[in-house]
Amino acid sequence: MKTRMRVNGREVEVHPEPRTSLADCLRRDLGLTGTHLGCEHGVCGACTVIVDGAAVRSCLMLAVQADGNDIVTVEGLGDGDTLGPLQASFRKHHALQCGFCTPGILTTAHALLSEEPDADSDRIRDVLSGNICRCTGYISIIEAVLDARAAYRRPGAGK
Amino acid sequence: MSALSKRGPTPNTLVGQPVERTEDLRFLTGKGTFADDYEPAGALHAVILRSSVAHGRIRRIDAKAALRIPGVHAVITSADVGHIIPVIPLRLAPLEGLDKYLQPVIAHDKVRYAGEPVAVVVADSRALAEDALEHIELDIDVLDPVADWHVAEADRTILFERNGTNLAVRYTVGFGEVDDAFTSAEYVRRESFRAHRHTAAPMETRAVIAEWDAGSGRLIVNAATKVTFFNRRTLARMMDLPESAIDLIEIDVGGGFGVRGEFYPEDFLIPFVARKLGRPIKWIEDRREHLLAANHSREIDCELEIACKRDGTILALRGKIFGDMGAYIRTNGGVVPAKAAQFLHGPYRIPAIKIDVAAFMTSKTPVGTYRAPGRFEANFFRERLLDIAARDLQIDPVTFRLRNLITEAELPYSIGRLVPYETETAFDTGDYHAAFDRCLDEFDWKSKISMQGRLVDGRYQGLAATCFVESGGAGPRENVRFVLESDGAVTIYVGSSALGQGIETAFAQIAADALGLPFATFRILHGSTTFVREGFGTYHSRALVMGGSAVLDGAKHFAAAVRVAGAAYLKCEFEDAIFAEGHVTAKNGSAISLARIGSLAASAGKPLQVEGTFANTKRTFSYGAHAAHVAVDARTGYVQVLDYLAVEDVGRAVNPAIVHGQAIGAAVQGLGGVFFDHLIYDADAQLLNASFADYLLPLATDFPNVRGVTLELRPSPSNPLGAKGAGEGGIVSVAATIGNAVAAALTSFGVEPNELPLTPPRIWRLVEEARRRKAVAAR
Repeated sequence: MKTRMRVNGREVEVHPEPRTSLADCLRRDLGLTGTHLGCEHGVCGACTVIVDGAAVRSCLMLAVQADGNDIVTVEGLGDGDTLGPLQASFRKHHALQCGFCTPGILTTAHALLSEEPDADSDRIRDVLSGNICRCTGYISIIEAVLDARAAYRRPGAGK
Repeated sequence: MSALSKRGPTPNTLVGQPVERTEDLRFLTGKGTFADDYEPAGALHAVILRSSVAHGRIRRIDAKAALRIPGVHAVITSADVGHIIPVIPLRLAPLEGLDKYLQPVIAHDKVRYAGEPVAVVVADSRALAEDALEHIELDIDVLDPVADWHVAEADRTILFERNGTNLAVRYTVGFGEVDDAFTSAEYVRRESFRAHRHTAAPMETRAVIAEWDAGSGRLIVNAATKVTFFNRRTLARMMDLPESAIDLIEIDVGGGFGVRGEFYPEDFLIPFVARKLGRPIKWIEDRREHLLAANHSREIDCELEIACKRDGTILALRGKIFGDMGAYIRTNGGVVPAKAAQFLHGPYRIPAIKIDVAAFMTSKTPVGTYRAPGRFEANFFRERLLDIAARDLQIDPVTFRLRNLITEAELPYSIGRLVPYETETAFDTGDYHAAFDRCLDEFDWKSKISMQGRLVDGRYQGLAATCFVESGGAGPRENVRFVLESDGAVTIYVGSSALGQGIETAFAQIAADALGLPFATFRILHGSTTFVREGFGTYHSRALVMGGSAVLDGAKHFAAAVRVAGAAYLKCEFEDAIFAEGHVTAKNGSAISLARIGSLAASAGKPLQVEGTFANTKRTFSYGAHAAHVAVDARTGYVQVLDYLAVEDVGRAVNPAIVHGQAIGAAVQGLGGVFFDHLIYDADAQLLNASFADYLLPLATDFPNVRGVTLELRPSPSNPLGAKGAGEGGIVSVAATIGNAVAAALTSFGVEPNELPLTPPRIWRLVEEARRRKAVAAR
């Protein structure tokens, strides 16, 4: 089915089968393999992308449902090889190890800080409780998100 | 570093610094290449038909309807594999008799656990293959399952008829006059304990992507990891190919923790199908499959007795370990029960010990290693019993431990041969008392202990502190190859695997310091069998210890080779050539840069390359202590972890941020193992966990207060880095510490949490039972 969406600022047109998930469409049709699948049933959060500003599990959304939507994936959070503020903060705080869950955590945190740049650690923990990380124990992730908040307080920041 | 003469490189000081990781740049930008990110052109997709029955005899597999579906290419069963079905060999812990229970790569006559591979379906897409799988008729005569080791022990239903028993192995280890000690001791106590079945559940599921080139007779398998060289050897034998015809390629790996990268049935089936069909085949496990098919771990029961003097001096330990191995013995052999037995000893002075070990085959998914295999269990059993003994003897549990903790003067301390397939084990270096003291200080034990057992805001407060010793750094060798590129960059190929630890960064730190070159000079390529002649991989917290030491050796040879090449270009004697700051300089002041040497060597068609190796069969013994403060709601059984601290002496931390990350991550994994993670089977040996919605793992909200302290008190004497394995010390003592803290909180009830997991229902039940006992007693 013909589906048009805006992905990381670029207009694209794809023709997924009706049963194709948004995650599979992003990964296979658009080559955006930064979005990972850890469970394919909406629990682990690794596949989280931002759809019209909201963090969404792309394994639970059909590609055809994204028609007309504005989507940001992990590839859209930085500027080429330059890390965005959230990404740089994750590196600084050693907030990732194997890196598999990281894209979903970054997109979830980006959506949060874009709306709530003053979120406190409890709020960040609460929002990130939908993303499973097996490596870090989350402590460094929370520190990284807290430390990145300043960049989101400036107008147009966090991009 | 003798070869890097006194006039050698300017010393960097990267080792010991929390250098930001090289790996992070690709992981943070979505540019990593994980298994599913790689797909060869023209690949077909495979899915595995798994037995839905726990125990039965296969009567018929009818794939006709599946094969009629357009886009379905093949359904492969044991009949296609041949008359002799290969079995997966032991890699570790070859206890006598285990080889009678090895797993065939595909079920042929019987199925012995729900989830056992029965057929491989190959189609144009994974979705199509999954559709086709539903159309295969699998007819199995259902037999009685062997639901647990108690059923197994009765031998009424036998899983391997030709063996005549479900007993995999039984042996006794120990030293000293144990029975005498128990007869004459002033105090003895006996308890039963249980560690439940759970597993690692890395975020990325397993995958195998195989490409067969019939023309050259070569097989390339992507997404291999952990022990790629062993796996290649195994695959070569099974496929009747020379090892040199097979390349196992490691790409990015989304976590392992012991489970990922062992040789599983699919590691044969997918390459086999690729060769049979002459097409690239890709298989990605889904999450339910992972829970069913990848190694489970931990399930150990223990009966343990302690004999003490009245002053708390331990005289002897006597125990029994019962392992539930699942339906087959896989590559890890008897590691879990054998290490559960060995680590019952712990960091204490124990004059006499005797442990009977028995492991049984059951109708469950086979057991393998998961981070701190056997240790997590053993420390829970022993440390629980120590707290119980201390309370009986009215000795403060810290004092009790200090009385028995091995002192530095007693090291090296032999614990004899507590594992049949190993030589004598001796703890190497350390100051166990200093680590314990540091843990108590850092935890503020002295002031917090006033809370012990108190009811605050409706919840009982509990504190506990435990000690551990942990082995790492398994031998026998690791190898590296340094290549000087034409632009002066240095590529280091290593036999170690990367599963998220950050070895690309840590190894570059070691090399940069050894050669006095900038960190960015180095690129670390790891794991693939194409990189070095022989590698041993990543497990037993060995990558940094063994691989890192091999990097150091490679750097020594590299420096010498650069000097030789530089001297030749400068037309001076080797002795007169100095290698420093990226240049070789002759006595007369003429100099040549590393980049120039690289480009000259490359254009001469002889790139400068050297190999390095590190051989060592001595293990490293990290050690430390954990402490916890919990609040228990006796009305609901809910436990909140108010503070958790893991302290470990790792000898030397090459990258403290990475080591700290390992400690915290391991501790939280351990807390999950204590409270959540639980592979639950019903009476028919059906696994009831089908997803992450019912196999619970720690989330960001669960354990916000976890701390780690890395010590570098005593370097390892057995490797030039002085490093001790650091990946598992954060998890080894978590069940021990939390179990004791919960018991301490509920002392007024007389609750003994001796069985894991400590779920709210279990704790609530223990409290209710204790209340009832008290009510009866009061009557």
